[in-house]
Formats: sequence, structure tokens, C-alpha cells
Amino acid sequence: MPVLSEDIRNRLKEEFEGLPTKVKLVVFTQEIECEYCRENTALAQEVASLSDRVDIEVYNFVLDKEAVERYGVDKIPAIAVEGEKDYGVRFHGVPAGYEFTSLIEAIKAVSAGESGLAPESKEALKGLKEPLHLQVFVTLTCPYCPTAVQLAHKMAVESDMVRADMVESSEFPHLAHKYNVFAVPKTVVNEKVSFDGALPEPLFLEQVMKATAKAG
Amino acid sequence: MLKDIGVILPERVEEAEEKKPIGEGPYDLIIVGGGPAGMTAAVYAARKRLATFLVSKDLGGQTLLTSEIENYMGYQYVTGPELMAKFHEQVRQYPIDVMIGEDVEKLAAENGQFAVTTTTGKSFVGKAVIIASGKRSRELNVPGERELVGRGVSYCAVCDAPLFAGRDVAVIGGGNSALTAVADLIRIATNIYVVNLATDWQADPVLVDRAEASEKVVSFLGYAVKEILGEGRVRGIVIESRGAGEADALSVEGVFIEIGLVPNSDFARGVVELNETGEIVVDCGCQTSVPGVLAAGDVTNVPEKQIIVAAGEGAKAALSAYRYLLQLAG
Repeated sequence: MPVLSEDIRNRLKEEFEGLPTKVKLVVFTQEIECEYCRENTALAQEVASLSDRVDIEVYNFVLDKEAVERYGVDKIPAIAVEGEKDYGVRFHGVPAGYEFTSLIEAIKAVSAGESGLAPESKEALKGLKEPLHLQVFVTLTCPYCPTAVQLAHKMAVESDMVRADMVESSEFPHLAHKYNVFAVPKTVVNEKVSFDGALPEPLFLEQVMKATAKAG
Repeated sequence: MLKDIGVILPERVEEAEEKKPIGEGPYDLIIVGGGPAGMTAAVYAARKRLATFLVSKDLGGQTLLTSEIENYMGYQYVTGPELMAKFHEQVRQYPIDVMIGEDVEKLAAENGQFAVTTTTGKSFVGKAVIIASGKRSRELNVPGERELVGRGVSYCAVCDAPLFAGRDVAVIGGGNSALTAVADLIRIATNIYVVNLATDWQADPVLVDRAEASEKVVSFLGYAVKEILGEGRVRGIVIESRGAGEADALSVEGVFIEIGLVPNSDFARGVVELNETGEIVVDCGCQTSVPGVLAAGDVTNVPEKQIIVAAGEGAKAALSAYRYLLQLAG
């Protein structure tokens, strides 16, 4: 039974026609799937089925150790959105609700290989000396979260030093607890420092750079 | 999860339009706020061929947090985000400059024109301004509240309720917003303490019944919140019964504050006349106390705060602005 409505399927088919290069959804799940992994795989499969420009590869988190290591996946469900290369764009948790747009935007940005960030932001990212891992905690019913997720993913597309994950809080309660996530979106930088809110691009970048300095 | 939540895919923004550089003006009209009032005003202004600039934190405002709308004409049932996506689609049909993600900090009258400045320091000049900045959640103003925002204190049940699965929470308030938050939380939290200053409910009977029917819900009517406790995260709240003056501490990990809304009119204070609750005073043509400054929607003293009213007020404000500009020119 299809997950997506006819209307959404048609709109996506049209949008995917304009994708400049092919995109691969690399999905990690396991043999005995929990409800979330099952839905995650189903959603990814359906999105990939809408265009020959979107491929899908499904790996077993337990058995396919080589792929798990190559993509640096430490928890499932996981989707890596890969274009001509792996930009470090990840989704942990089913990208449903408002985050569905983030999945589509990630596919488009990765396909173009172009972040769409402002020149000032691109300049700032050039100054990164150490790897940056961004985890954006969200809930699927929060309308402000996609702004933060998409900014983080754009930063990953722009810079080889940046990896960015959407982390859906209710599917990873131990992580939400660990990082004291009581409001979303919450962006955790290098597992050490965090900031709240769906800030506009320049402020988001400023917070990330400030957090990098603090996290060391 | 997919069954309950589904997927939301707003209509696409045209790439070309996004890349258009935004000039500093002077615009014919600057619209502050991109909710139903602001977006309607933008379309009406554009159709009168006014050079229009809309600046807002988001597109949709309070409507984005509403999941069920049954009283917007033409749609028997629509969600807030879907309705706002439709509004946005219509805005995009016109050459309107739109800047999203910015908060306006200041409005000033300068040489017969108006300067609007954002918190990030960007400044724009317009010959007329429509203020459609809506309302935001009222704070309790108790110790611990500010420090614990984002650490258990929330004003958005729709956003944050899922984070409190299996925990005890408090909902402050007794109106529709508060009891809607309770309804959302019944499926998620363990115990829900509802604390309301008034000794009765202000909400619709249907919502009250649902709350009272649940074993998880304990109500404290006629109680005030004195303090929110916790270091780094919410641990509890102190409540006091208004009559007896006895204080009680409730152990909760989340506090949802739903005690009403305040107008986002601070940036215009001192420029236009405000009423005692901070709303911008307007006449039936949406004119404020300053010629050339119009206001529309929830930020004004219009008696009813409804999406359909906001849209109507936005249209009126734009047409009033158009007449003002004609008279300026002629």
C-alpha cells in the first residue's frame, strides 16, 4: 500500500525530472525491523520509485559491516543521501511529517552538488580547521525544525569538513535525554555544545562557529 | 507513525524568484509579518502594482501551529500548514520581494517615509507600512521560566509534546489552547497537571470533557504558578491556591505555558497608538494613528482573532495603503 498520496507522488515525479545528477538513498535497517525501520525503508523505497534519477540501496546494519563503516552509521533507522559523492547528509528517524520536505530538499541539494548557501556562509565554512558533526534534534510535528535541518544539511553539502544528521527525538529517546532535548529544533555540535532554535542562516552559522570554538 | 503523521510537502518555491536580490527601497509598501494578514495584504498591494516588500520570521505565523481549521470558508477542513502553503503559492504569483527568517526590531518615521530595521541590522525604506506581526505566547513571568525555556518549559505543545513521552508534565492555562495541549499530551505523557488561575474553565465544553474524562489529568483550578524549579532542566513547579494561600510542589519534567497571547507590537511602540493590552489601535480602514502606517490582524485591536478576519483585514490595509499612496503622489 503506497505511503504517499497520488498528488504528492505526481508532484515529486515532476520535481525529480529536473535533478541534474543521480542521487542514491542509502538505507540502513536490520533483519527483524522495528516499526520505525520498516516505515523508514518503505518511505525511502517509495520516494526512489518515483524517478530513475533516485536510486536506493538497503543495507543490514548488523551484517553489512563494510557499508556501515563506510558511511559511518552508528544507529538505525538511517538514510544517507548520496550524490556524486557522500556529502555527509544523514537522516536518523523516519523523515515524515514536516521533515519530509527536508528529505526532498536534501535530494535536490545533493543532486546539484550545490548548497545554495549565501557567499558569506560559504566563506565562513572555508575557515573550518577541524571536522564538524551537526546533529539537529527534531520532532516530526514541529514546523520550525526543517529550517534548522536544511541549513545543517546545506553546510554538509558545502564543506567536506561537515557531517549533518537530522535526529528524530522520539525515535532516539536516549540521545534526546543525553543532550537534554526539551525543545526543538536543538542543534548539537561535535557532541559537546548545543544551541536552540531555527535561526536564520547568518545566525545559525554564527552559533555553529561559536560552538566549534567552545567544543574545541 | 507514518499512519498518524503522514508527510507534509508544501508547494515549491520557484528557484528564480528566490535568487532575486532584495533592494533596500524605497518600496511603495513594506509589510511586517507574513501570516494570513500579511500575505493577503501583499497580494492586494501587488495587484495595485505597488512595489511591495514583505519581511517576516516565517510564512504563516500562528496558523502554522494549528492542525485543524474548520471555519476558513472554502475549505471544510484544512490544516494550518496546508492553508498557509496555499496563501504562499498565491503570493508567489506576483513580483513581491519576500525576506523570511528576520525579526523586525524597529520602525521609525523619517522624512515622510518609514524605515524598518531587523534584529540582524538590515534596514529597508518604504513610503507606507502595514504592520501584520501577529501575536506570541504570553509568559508566566515567574522565577525559573526564562532560564528553563527549551529545557522543559515550552510554549508549543504541538512541537514539543512528543519529547515528554512517559513523563509527568504540567499545562498552565484554562482556555482552548491549554486544553488542546492537554488533549495532545494525554496520548504521550504519564501524568498531566493542569493549573489554571481562574476557578473555572474558559475552554470549549468539548475540550473540557475530554480532559476531565482522562485518568491522567489532575486539575488545579484557582491556583497560580509561583516558580518553576530545576537546574539545567525542569524538575517541578510550585503552585499556590489563591484562596487558601497554601503552596504545593508538583514534580514534573515539562511545563506547557498556554495562558494567552501578547501582540508583537514592541517595535512600533512610541510610533503608533497602542491600547492597554499593547494591540495597535486601528479604524475600520486599518489606519493607525500615523498616516501611512496601517495594521492588520491579531496585532491590532480588531475584536475577533480569526484567520478569516486577519485575511480580510490584510486586504483592507493594502487598499488603504494604496489610497494613501495615491493621495501622496497626487
